[in-house]
Amino acid sequence: MFSRVLGTALLCAPLAAQQHAGHFSQADVERGARLYGAHCQFCHGVGGDTVPNVDLRGGRFRHAASDEDLGRVIAAGIPGTAMPPHKFDEAELTGIVAYIRSMRDVNVGAVMTGDAGRGQRVFEGAGGCAGCHRVGARGSRFGPDLSEIGAVRSADLLEKSLLDPTASMLPINRSVRAVTRDGKAITGRRLNEDTYSVQLMDAGDHLVSLNKADLREYAVLKTSAMPSYKDKLSAAELADVLAYLLTLKGVN
Amino acid sequence: MSPRALLVLSLVAGSLPAQVSYDRLLHASQEPRNWLTYSGSYMSQRYSALSQITPGNVKTLEQKWVFQVESLQKLEATPLAVDGILYVTQPPNDVIAIDARTGRAFWIYQYRPAPGSTPCCGSVNRGLAILGDTLFLATLDARLIAIDAKSGKPLWNTKVADYNAGYTMTLAPLVVKDKVLVGVAGGEYGIRGFVAAYDAKSGKEAWRFYTIPGPGEPGHDTWPADDSWAHGGAPIWVTGSFDPELNLTYWGIGNPGPDWNPAQRKGANLYADSAVALDADTGKLKWYFQFSPNDPYDYDSVQIPVLADATWGGRMRKLLLWANRNGFFYALDRTNGQFLSGHPFVKVNWASGLDDSGKPVATPQPPEAPVYPGVQGGTNWYSPSYSPRTGLFYVSAWEDYATLFAPEENEYQAGRRFMGGRPLSPIPRSPVPSIRGFPINTATEAAGHGAVLALDIVTGQRKWKFEMTDVTDSGILTTASDLLFTGGREGYFQALDARTGALLWKASVGGQVSAAPITYEVDGKQYVAIAAGHALFVYGLRE
Repeated sequence: MFSRVLGTALLCAPLAAQQHAGHFSQADVERGARLYGAHCQFCHGVGGDTVPNVDLRGGRFRHAASDEDLGRVIAAGIPGTAMPPHKFDEAELTGIVAYIRSMRDVNVGAVMTGDAGRGQRVFEGAGGCAGCHRVGARGSRFGPDLSEIGAVRSADLLEKSLLDPTASMLPINRSVRAVTRDGKAITGRRLNEDTYSVQLMDAGDHLVSLNKADLREYAVLKTSAMPSYKDKLSAAELADVLAYLLTLKGVN
Repeated sequence: MSPRALLVLSLVAGSLPAQVSYDRLLHASQEPRNWLTYSGSYMSQRYSALSQITPGNVKTLEQKWVFQVESLQKLEATPLAVDGILYVTQPPNDVIAIDARTGRAFWIYQYRPAPGSTPCCGSVNRGLAILGDTLFLATLDARLIAIDAKSGKPLWNTKVADYNAGYTMTLAPLVVKDKVLVGVAGGEYGIRGFVAAYDAKSGKEAWRFYTIPGPGEPGHDTWPADDSWAHGGAPIWVTGSFDPELNLTYWGIGNPGPDWNPAQRKGANLYADSAVALDADTGKLKWYFQFSPNDPYDYDSVQIPVLADATWGGRMRKLLLWANRNGFFYALDRTNGQFLSGHPFVKVNWASGLDDSGKPVATPQPPEAPVYPGVQGGTNWYSPSYSPRTGLFYVSAWEDYATLFAPEENEYQAGRRFMGGRPLSPIPRSPVPSIRGFPINTATEAAGHGAVLALDIVTGQRKWKFEMTDVTDSGILTTASDLLFTGGREGYFQALDARTGALLWKASVGGQVSAAPITYEVDGKQYVAIAAGHALFVYGLRE
């Protein structure tokens, strides 16, 4: 009934969806992971997303589409940007590309997944997920959009989010509660914040920007607004939802 | 001399400014209408005697002009202001002469560094030096270029180091007497750092001080007996200072390499993470003070050496003030390098304190525990300021910011990164502030935040703090009207009260501020300039 998805199996699945199926061995990926840590992470970050408009884990690049492009960019650098040239041999370049292509799927534990179709029904029905989360053109925008979640989160991390949402919540997504000087209370999911202002998505799907100087109260809540589904869904339902989430790979 | 002759002389001096002689550089702080060196004077206080803009009228500051550069690389440059002209650099290595009143360019000199050069952290440049009618530019492919300040034409071009071996230059040079002093970057590529002086007329090398002692030299035994000293890093990528009375020039030295694996370079690793005082004529080492021996955290001591003459223990002393990337604020006697005091200015857990000689009492954290301050430090290369009026030292700090370090063995290969492991986020999967900001602050308060700290130079205690939500890489300027100007990653440029830290004025510059402000005066009007994002902004009082 359930398939037991292991890290290595997951590693291969999304690669198969791309044009370079079977290109990379586990040894390539491991070599690439070491090289990435030593040469790339300083600027691109652990998650590959600290350079504006570049998301290595999500497969979003400014100057590359194919594996060949990626290798060329890594070797030659990009003139006029912070990306310097690198002296790598062919095997090393292959390793780094392999690692970048696998970043989204580095899975640490064994996770049960079920039937994606049943999972979608739970997501949109009994689970109440769509009340806060949006997938494609459906659902609320109050919580993080999940349209691409299967492309950027591994199965074990998704399972953790379902069971312990607060521990899995990224700090930027925290709920904020503000009260204006005239007593109006506003709650929402934080989208951005600086010294003088905060930007958020409120429960009515409005983009709201507040000047902190205009607020009587302002608090960032560290507890997730999402309930744990540990006791709300059966193990089978959880596995189905998980399977559904893993199918969400975005519009493109 | 008759009063009439004096009048004629002063008129001539006022209308036909002389070239920027060494004498003018020596007394730069006495002509505050200009900004003649990277840090404003040889003491590097980034303090100006201008006082037309005051806490009372600063609210009427308005934008006078903007100069947009043709690069998507962030600006880190401080302009020079010389008799009504600003000289500034734009990435990668262009020099522009701009009318300080209108923002219109007189000329642009474009230098294209070799494509194989490998700056670790962006194709940045921090500015220029000037002597006579000549500007000096240190390039990303490790060359020093002299440029005619009137025409923008190159006069000479000297190779400083081999870019193929990872050497590069990002700093503004320092002119001392008839020489141009530069240091080399490349601490992430296994270079052997040095400061070198070049004859301003010919470009010929006059002296060179290696920041890692070679075989037979004192301090060489602070490196293993193998060849790790030959690629041990210790770069220099911000500008030094100079004390003409002592004839000493001061420089901050960067981290040893590989950055995060000290087991590969057992020993104190001199003169990495040190302040050095060099004879300005010969480059000979007069003294050194090492802040972080055998550094495992990338705590470059690449900060601006700030010189101050102040009362200490009842008598005037020649001080060297230093808020270090390692999280401690130090006061040294700059005549001899004697340690006077040192106190943490942010959360520090890699050392429990400093002993009587200023050496850290190391408290290494377990492998899975966060180290405070994190890899970018409690502060970094961002220019601090010292106001002789308030007696306070002002520094841009990263507070409550930590990193997990994962050291690894790393074989040296010329021209390749030589880092010895990697830093990790202490918050699983969550971003931490890195070397470049985002328009969206995804790191948030969970990963640390920025602040301007005003420190008492004797006790190291905070007199006040101006906290920011995001971190800051901005330098700081103070003025004789007790104003403090600074920016940050959030795209604001703000004026604070230097005595209280109160916010007096702010403007949106719409991009990360990674440079330091300057102030200058033209036609009796004071201006403040700051590079932010990809543009140079200039403000003046509303008329």
